[in-house]
Amino acid sequence: MKARIFFLISILVVGGLLWSGLQAVHPFGLPNGTPMDDYFIANAQGEAAANNVVTSIVFDYRGFDTLGEGAVLFTAVISVAALFRKRGHN
Amino acid sequence: MNPLSVVARTVCNLFAWFLAIFGIYVIVHGHLTPGGGFQGGAVVATFMAFLLVAHGGEKMQSWVRKDRFTLMECFGLTLFISAGLLGMSKTFFFNFLAKAGGVFGGVLPIGPNAGALNTSGTIALMNLSVGIEVVGGLSMILLYMFSAAHPQEPMGREESGHDR
Repeated sequence: MKARIFFLISILVVGGLLWSGLQAVHPFGLPNGTPMDDYFIANAQGEAAANNVVTSIVFDYRGFDTLGEGAVLFTAVISVAALFRKRGHN
Repeated sequence: MNPLSVVARTVCNLFAWFLAIFGIYVIVHGHLTPGGGFQGGAVVATFMAFLLVAHGGEKMQSWVRKDRFTLMECFGLTLFISAGLLGMSKTFFFNFLAKAGGVFGGVLPIGPNAGALNTSGTIALMNLSVGIEVVGGLSMILLYMFSAAHPQEPMGREESGHDR
């Protein structure tokens, strides 16, 4: 019984916090602010000398993200090689 | 897996090279057209899948070596990280080659233009390195999975397809 009351109170508290947090969320469907997009579109050709703005974001402005993707691929290949290696020589 | 018939093998032999050339085009023009290292590398790795399906695993494994692909993968990732580290005087992944006049150092006019291959600095270099890495990695995944899926087949069996 005590546990039930405790769970009920905690659900109410967490739910209330979530609900009050959701009130401040950006309204669904409204356009976001665009200063970042405007910066990329205006400066990608001048700063990175790249016609392809998407590539300039992927490989220049967010190069660290692409490094993570490359590391993910590397890890996937290593794990496949470890999984499917030939038995017999350990 | 046995090799396919003569017709399928001939067609795959022909079209595998077109696939490879298209993938290399996507990698090299990554800073001008849609696509880039990941996408083009996946297309080039299709070359390996094509030949594996057409010719069977035994023949492929006598043609290629897995450690070459390991080398390609490690070289690509190392080139990528070093291209990021070389701009370390400003920030990590600073585009130090752009507009510097050397390799990939061309200057673009602002606004709509036709584009040039010798622009965009480290972006093109990173496209190349990621392309090399993805080609090596995906080809190695294909070869490893293929050799593990058919471990008991005797080596060097020839012409056991539909055209006996």
